[in-house]
Amino acid sequence: MIISAENITFSYSKEQLFLMPNLYCSAGSTILITGDSGKGKTTYLHILAGLLKPTTGKIMIDGTNILALSESKNDKFRGQNIGVVFQKSHFISALTVLENLEMASWLALGKKNTARAITLLQQLDIARQANKLPSQLSIGQQQRVSIARALMNEPKVLLADEPTSSLDDKNADKVIELLTSLSKEYKAALIIVTHDARIKEKFINQITLV
Amino acid sequence: MIAKLAWRNIWFKPLNTILSIVLLTSSVAIITVLVLLEKQFEEKFSSNIDGVDLVLGAQGSPLQLILSSVYQVDAPTGNISYDSAKVWMQHPFVKKAIPLAFGDNYRGFKILGTTPDYLEKYGAKLSEGKLFEKNFEVVVGSEIAQKLNMRVGDEFFGSHGDAIEGEVHDHYAYKVVGIAKETGKVVDNLILCTIPSVWQMHGGHEEENPEHGEEGHVHSDAENDLTIDKPGMEITAVLLQFRNKMGIIMWPRIIAQNTKMQAASPAIEVNRLFSLFGVGIEALRYLAYGIMLISGISIFIALFNTLKERKDEFALLRVNGAKRMQLLKLVMIESLLLCVVGFVFGTILGRVALVLISNASEEDFKLGFNPYEFIWQKEGVLFLLTITVGIVAAIIPALKAYNLNISKTLANA
Repeated sequence: MIISAENITFSYSKEQLFLMPNLYCSAGSTILITGDSGKGKTTYLHILAGLLKPTTGKIMIDGTNILALSESKNDKFRGQNIGVVFQKSHFISALTVLENLEMASWLALGKKNTARAITLLQQLDIARQANKLPSQLSIGQQQRVSIARALMNEPKVLLADEPTSSLDDKNADKVIELLTSLSKEYKAALIIVTHDARIKEKFINQITLV
Repeated sequence: MIAKLAWRNIWFKPLNTILSIVLLTSSVAIITVLVLLEKQFEEKFSSNIDGVDLVLGAQGSPLQLILSSVYQVDAPTGNISYDSAKVWMQHPFVKKAIPLAFGDNYRGFKILGTTPDYLEKYGAKLSEGKLFEKNFEVVVGSEIAQKLNMRVGDEFFGSHGDAIEGEVHDHYAYKVVGIAKETGKVVDNLILCTIPSVWQMHGGHEEENPEHGEEGHVHSDAENDLTIDKPGMEITAVLLQFRNKMGIIMWPRIIAQNTKMQAASPAIEVNRLFSLFGVGIEALRYLAYGIMLISGISIFIALFNTLKERKDEFALLRVNGAKRMQLLKLVMIESLLLCVVGFVFGTILGRVALVLISNASEEDFKLGFNPYEFIWQKEGVLFLLTITVGIVAAIIPALKAYNLNISKTLANA
């Protein structure tokens, strides 16, 4: 198992307690986390990414218990081992597409990996947009840049939060196909949080939050 | 990389950035001009009164007497009798007395009758030629020599009074016998000759223009070569240096009570002048600090506003592995970059302004300023002040970035 999460509980307030189901995922495979709004899908994803500390539980990623890490070690670990794709693409708007990708490798590894950024952009068929500002790209292209950025540092785990909900059918298909094929290629565990029916039918491994 | 990102970020919102920089630039420029102007002005004024304890001259405004006789920037108060001035000049209290007789001008530069002591007092050595001895021999100040391209041996006619358009005195020509070295003092802009030259230049033509008798203008009726010993002549002022400091305190009252002359202290008058200027300079300084405060507020508002839209970016940076400290650094660097750019532009703009001021004051008062002087101490303090403004303006936005809740930000986006 490249990632496992056990006995995770979390609460924003005393009245509301989330009991998260256990999760195990190996390299190159995919797990879908589904459930209605307000059931804590995004919360679970943030916990897995180390962005939120759960009340109890244990998360092992590639042999490291991320909940035991100090904050700055956690930041570093996340940068190097976890790639995240969001529902809406976020970018550093003052930097070009290529620089956005370079920034991801610089923050995690301390050096710019331009070659890898260009390879990924070519693989995702957006190499021609490399020197544009993110705001000049279409939403479909932006989402592909997000995927490229999430894969910049060859992460062990790729987390995707509603990656298709703002896309049309064609782009949604394309994004899902890219996520699965690339996570296989780079041997990353892919965890997708979604309530998008278009995706649900494509995957067998599903965890539903109730 | 963080610095590069900061640089790109500040130019991504150019209007905000330009506003902040313009404000910073103007306040730094004003303060720079004030600092340079004040220092150089005081230096110029103070260096010219070295060795002058009192000035003896005609009654009138003591400030006017000092300005005209020491700094050559105002009209003289009038003439005094050389015979009665001599009584005081030869007093045992007096160490040195330099008589001055204002004469004509040559192309706007004053021709001043005096003794070689005057050059000595300003430490002006000759770079060429010799001192004036005979009547109508002149020593030319370094700046005039340079501007009018004058050489030893040149001859020229003076124009009457201190106006360039004054009547030309063409019966006697002045002859350049020496050129003084640069001193940075008033003597650089003066043409010096003997006192009898001034008397003689104006001798005789009195009858042609009987009605003209300008104040502070020395006239005589002799035709032959005059000497300094001729009785009944007038001069404009005497610069006095005392052996006995009691005189500095006693003489102004004694002279005012017993003669038609006055004795004024340059130190007191210059201080009075500075305190008059001081109010204006102080007001400008407060204005500049006010602008700096506003620029600080402008930086704060700019950072604070963009923080709202950039929350997502900060969260993203954290997701990609950035530490809290790096976000704090990012905001700080953005603010400091603005300040450094503003300071550099301000320093340059201030000097450009000083060149313009210098050109104007050179024309009007023969008083130039050096824009290339750096007053490291005061400008260093100004730099630190600018940086401090930047840090203070960035503290709250930087702390907000530092304390950003990534999960909440991303969930709400």
